[in-house]
Amino acid sequence: MSNVLAVLEQRDGALRKVSHEVVTGARRLADALGGSVEALVLAAGAVRGAEQVGRFGADKVITLTNAAFGLYAPEGYARAIAERVKSGTYGVVAFAASATGKDLAPRVAARLGRPLAQDVTDFGVEGGAVTVTRPVYAGKALLKLKITGAPALISLRPSVFTPVERPKAGAQETAAAGGSAGRVVVKQIKAAEAGTLDVAEAPIIVSGGRGLKEPANFKVLEELAAAFAGRAAVGASRAVVDAGWRPHAEQVGQTGKTVSPTLYVAVGISGAIQHLAGMRTSKVIVAINKDKDAPIFKVADYGIVGDLFEVVPKLTEEIKKTHG
Amino acid sequence: MKIAVCIKRVPDSETRVKIASDGKSLDEAGVKFILNPYDEFAVEEALRRKEKAGSGEVVVIALGPAAAQETIRTALAMGADRGILLQSDRIPLDGLEVAQALAAEFKGAGFDLILFGKMAIDDYNHQVGPMVAELLDLPCVTTVAHLEIDGGKGVAEREIEGGVEVVEFPLPAVLTTDKGLNEPRYPALKGIMAAKKKPLEVKTVSLGGGGLELLALTPPPERKEGKIVGEGAAAVPELVRLLREEAKVL
Repeated sequence: MSNVLAVLEQRDGALRKVSHEVVTGARRLADALGGSVEALVLAAGAVRGAEQVGRFGADKVITLTNAAFGLYAPEGYARAIAERVKSGTYGVVAFAASATGKDLAPRVAARLGRPLAQDVTDFGVEGGAVTVTRPVYAGKALLKLKITGAPALISLRPSVFTPVERPKAGAQETAAAGGSAGRVVVKQIKAAEAGTLDVAEAPIIVSGGRGLKEPANFKVLEELAAAFAGRAAVGASRAVVDAGWRPHAEQVGQTGKTVSPTLYVAVGISGAIQHLAGMRTSKVIVAINKDKDAPIFKVADYGIVGDLFEVVPKLTEEIKKTHG
Repeated sequence: MKIAVCIKRVPDSETRVKIASDGKSLDEAGVKFILNPYDEFAVEEALRRKEKAGSGEVVVIALGPAAAQETIRTALAMGADRGILLQSDRIPLDGLEVAQALAAEFKGAGFDLILFGKMAIDDYNHQVGPMVAELLDLPCVTTVAHLEIDGGKGVAEREIEGGVEVVEFPLPAVLTTDKGLNEPRYPALKGIMAAKKKPLEVKTVSLGGGGLELLALTPPPERKEGKIVGEGAAAVPELVRLLREEAKVL
């Protein structure tokens, strides 16, 4: 019961980057348990990039194919994964805490009759049992749990487990999965504008609040995000989402997304407690605000006090130089 | 349409979290409890579906302590018809335990829709809805931000990274709701008065321990004191230098 099954994700037949993080986390756990890492991806056919995950520590990569598995098929995927888990001897099954992973993991857990720890940010092995840490109350507290019995089902918060190269064999195996997609059928994915990153997965987030004064002014943030050459997403505070200035998908905070990017730039955001909770686990926080007493400066690593409409364009210019 | 909505009593999102002396729980002194914000979208959606159908019933169900009756009354004041409290002093950490108790309640009850908020803002478990669906062998779509139902079929949209998934499903089904699905109504005075007279059934449930053991609840690590780099646009070059050379994030 010391092997780790890492459940990977693909879209349009290509492996999603978050899968590298899952394999990286799985490798760490497998090393602590003294087992191997099997990576599993479900798809309609061969998955581009699946051959790469040996680099991050997968001993074996299994592609389970089914004509109905091109797009996410919640019931078909859950059934196939649960069967795989039952047929093996896994100590841990690790998912990404992505939109798909958070939907899929509970289904697999219920089928296996096992508990699930979602959105895990740290883990360990104590006395042979897996322990996990996960943020609760939107990150205002951390819950440390011991998972008794096996397998331990966990999903890993995106952007936390930075991919680390740990080359292993990564032996490729393909098997056909039987059955249908199930009753719940994903008909299509309506793609967001090309090049837009999701705040939940972006390594850099440029977030705006009421200080932007009006919706059109978010253009200065979009320009700053663009200067990071495809690495940054635009985020928003609850106030501006509730006011209808920005879409819900961008909201950071307790009733939005809790994020952990490498760099979080808070612009014109005073720092309500529910917002701070959602972004305080960012690696580096920069705050730009005209009010030097704004609570956001209490959590920021670096602050600039000033008019954002002067500071942000200057920052965009400087970042462009860095990336130029 | 017969619709069940599962709701939870949670601390207000503005709560300053203080850890109790046992080091394992929230100090509830002075904490204001509310209806979980994501559940408001579920209650609202149920009411709209019933109104559109012209007939039916909306039943709200909570698992929690006696005080959760108040939370149920809030949903009744919004317009739900009756409430059920599965009373338990302790809400298990293990979402599967909660799902099993709810599934037992729903078995054979003949609901067309069972709605949940996508997650509770206290434990962030993000799992009970789809677990209940699996236990009852019902189709399920999570984090629904747009919904159309026509007869026995539904089409839901859910946000994923970089896009929106369009999902078809048959009824009866379990759905979990996301922000954006609707704009929840505030209970009117008339609704609040009416809610006092609506049926609320209390059933005591005994829950298993589950497979999760709580080791500790701790405050997040303090962020080290930051610095004000300077004022205005003139401070930007120094900020960029610090991000590159000190923080090494550029």
